[in-house]
Amino acid sequence: MSNSPLTPGVAPGRLPAKSYTDNFTDHAPPLEPHEARVAADRCYFCHDAPCMTACPTSIDIPLFIRQIATGTPDAAAKTIFAQNILGGMCARVCPTEQLCEEACVRETAEGKPVEIGQLQRFATDTLMAKGVHPFTRGKPTGKTVAVVGAGPAGLAAAHRLAMKGHEVTIYDARPKPGGLNEFGIASYKSTGNFAQREVEWLLKIGGIRIETGRALGRDVTLAELQAGHDAVFLGMGLAGVNALRAAGEDKGNVRNAVDFIAELRQAGDKSALAVGRDVVVIGGGMTAVDAAVQSKLLGAQNVTIVYRRGQAKMSASGYEQEHATSAGVRIITNAAPVAVHGNGAVAEVEFAYTEETPQGLKTGPETFRLKADQLFKAIGQTLSGAPEGLRVEGGKIAVDATGRTSIAGIWAGGDCASGGEDLTVTAVAEGRDAAEDIHAALMG
Amino acid sequence: MANLTTDFIGIKSPNPFWLASAPPTDKKYNVERAYEAGWGGVVWKTLGSEGPPVVNVSGPRYGAIWGADRRLLGLNNIELITDRPLEVNLREIKEVKRKWRDRALIISLMVPCDEDSWKDILGRIADTEADGVELNFGCPHGMAERGMGSAVGQVPEYIEMVTRWVKKHSRMPCIVKLTPNITDVRKPAEAAHRGGADAVSLINTINSITSVNLDEFSPEPMIDGKGTHGGYCGPAVKPIALNMVAEIARNPVTHGMPISGIGGVTTWRDAAEFMALGAGNVQVCTAAMTYGFKVVQEMISGLSQYLDDKEMSVSDLVGRAVPNVTDWQYLNLNYVTKAQISQADCIKCGRCYAACEDTSHQAIAMSADRTFTVKDDECVACNLCVNVCPVENCITMVQLPQGALDERTGRKVTEYANWTTHPNNPSTRAAE
Repeated sequence: MSNSPLTPGVAPGRLPAKSYTDNFTDHAPPLEPHEARVAADRCYFCHDAPCMTACPTSIDIPLFIRQIATGTPDAAAKTIFAQNILGGMCARVCPTEQLCEEACVRETAEGKPVEIGQLQRFATDTLMAKGVHPFTRGKPTGKTVAVVGAGPAGLAAAHRLAMKGHEVTIYDARPKPGGLNEFGIASYKSTGNFAQREVEWLLKIGGIRIETGRALGRDVTLAELQAGHDAVFLGMGLAGVNALRAAGEDKGNVRNAVDFIAELRQAGDKSALAVGRDVVVIGGGMTAVDAAVQSKLLGAQNVTIVYRRGQAKMSASGYEQEHATSAGVRIITNAAPVAVHGNGAVAEVEFAYTEETPQGLKTGPETFRLKADQLFKAIGQTLSGAPEGLRVEGGKIAVDATGRTSIAGIWAGGDCASGGEDLTVTAVAEGRDAAEDIHAALMG
Repeated sequence: MANLTTDFIGIKSPNPFWLASAPPTDKKYNVERAYEAGWGGVVWKTLGSEGPPVVNVSGPRYGAIWGADRRLLGLNNIELITDRPLEVNLREIKEVKRKWRDRALIISLMVPCDEDSWKDILGRIADTEADGVELNFGCPHGMAERGMGSAVGQVPEYIEMVTRWVKKHSRMPCIVKLTPNITDVRKPAEAAHRGGADAVSLINTINSITSVNLDEFSPEPMIDGKGTHGGYCGPAVKPIALNMVAEIARNPVTHGMPISGIGGVTTWRDAAEFMALGAGNVQVCTAAMTYGFKVVQEMISGLSQYLDDKEMSVSDLVGRAVPNVTDWQYLNLNYVTKAQISQADCIKCGRCYAACEDTSHQAIAMSADRTFTVKDDECVACNLCVNVCPVENCITMVQLPQGALDERTGRKVTEYANWTTHPNNPSTRAAE
């Protein structure tokens, strides 16, 4: 194959074979034991630590870091997993720069926080590498719970429920468990099939059965789940994708960024993946960044993220934005798509400049066009196929603080449920807390 | 650049930084490299009697403790005196001294506790042209089991006796090196003084076990499954050494006797502290063993800059803090300070709060937004918050002026008064 970044259109194999290995390797390599000791030693062991407050799963960060510093990373891992059973994945994908590390007092003091995410990874990797599962299942309760979705929320709920002695069955629409951990995370953040290894490790608790390829509403109904189980937890995420609402959106090579990311994650041979020479990504979140950076890593010559609002409004963190720009991605803000041009397939995208006004975002009369032979839409996901009868608010299943929905016996958490940010770590917290409430309700 | 030349008991050196008698000074090769790096003087590693040299272990000789990033904080060793033939050492000493006239070269000695042994060794070193001798009454391991080293240093009468022999059989300036493994360092120093020593040097290493191997259940360093106590040195021992130097410097019996300060000197600042407490120069070992001989260059530039900044000479510095070392009973009980937290510098870690609330006087308040403030009516000014605060000078101790109200006691700050006159002191009442 003799394609290069300059090859017109959408083409695979734009780079030499070795580049794909290099580009999709772990982008933040794990700490060596000595590095971990040094990094751990920077922790001040704060009183009522701000990092812990900032963590959606409330991991006792000062304690686990001290356990690393004193040479007991296994104990550190247990401290982490007690609060967040997906602490391994969260260590890789959490926007720590907006959570624990932003709150770290050393960020205040020196602009250089303790590397909490990397330390968490060191601890969790150390224990998981031993194949040890640190928790044991409680006495069987005889109760069964159905969990919909084998993503972060569902897995966290299932693990906690299994730990309490309940029998759990997880139904997931996809062929593999993991949810966004498996299908929605940039490849270089989760290498070495980590999402699947993590699920296997989590299942060692026992008492959890996963049925893949079983979608709620298609293969199984909520009524059936309710009839067959003592409780139901919904954690199926957001399967729908927002539309651009720009003329020509249906042209060829216009894709949802989430599909591109999922395809990339599942592809064994990245060189076989076709990518445009000129790629445009529309959106301002982590999905946009993941799609844009990976397009670049696949060999696209020009990749541009276009976001309709100002830079400060982008939900991708400053760290993520920097990651994108250092990979060679251009970020254009305050521009909204108005039309997709091209004869069959996309050739150009036309944008109007925008302005934030007290009345909302206004598009101006002036437009510009970007060359594009591939266009990715990363403008947010939506709840689709929510079961009838559940109260929905703000496009999500309405839940209270413990995850209870409007129907008794049905709980929900993660991205599909109201409240909290759409983050892996938030989903884990919601799944865990709903599980505790389910347990209380079942045993009460 | 300040003139760092020192004259210590008549021994001149271009700076007050000497390498202590230890592994770095065991042979010509090392000593010449040390001089090339800039060391002002060297105390040659301890020589023993004529005859078959001592034997060292062939397993590990050192144990250590570390701080962050494996920074070496304390080192201990079980190495004995030189294990090279006496005539080799003597020949090399002579060669080195002839070549390096401007540097100090002292010979450390340790021989059995009888006059003939001392007379013999002093005779053998007489023509080396070395500048002086240091009597090793300090090594706490190995040699002490044979009645030498700290076994002598722990008995003031022996110190006095041997020092007399040395002064009787040699015209060389004589430094007596003291062991810290005693209860009152003033006693051996007084004995050295009585025996006619020109100076004392201290501290030698401290009896120690640095760590225990929790798999083999043996002290480290471990030799074939067993360990023995070694001599502890390095930054960790500095506070102990400073106190011992100060005790000798302020003791009326030994006040003014030259002191060579040893114990954890790692930077120019450490050296300046020893000198302020009365040391005429300092000896260094662990810092060189950790960083190599070049480390002296920072000590030279640092001390020089400090003296320039203070417009002081070396002799102005030596002993300058001694008058301010006193007994607890003379401390001003009417000196009242309160901790003050600079909100601009505070990073809100809460360590001061945890320390005060859990282990001290509940004198720091914490608000919902993590603002930490001192409760003046509870603060006893213990300084723990200052010590645990990770930000230097974020918490400071502010003195209440005379006449100000101490909210804790409800009393106004008055003039100087100490325990000797305090009404709660039983001796004060007895005297009335």
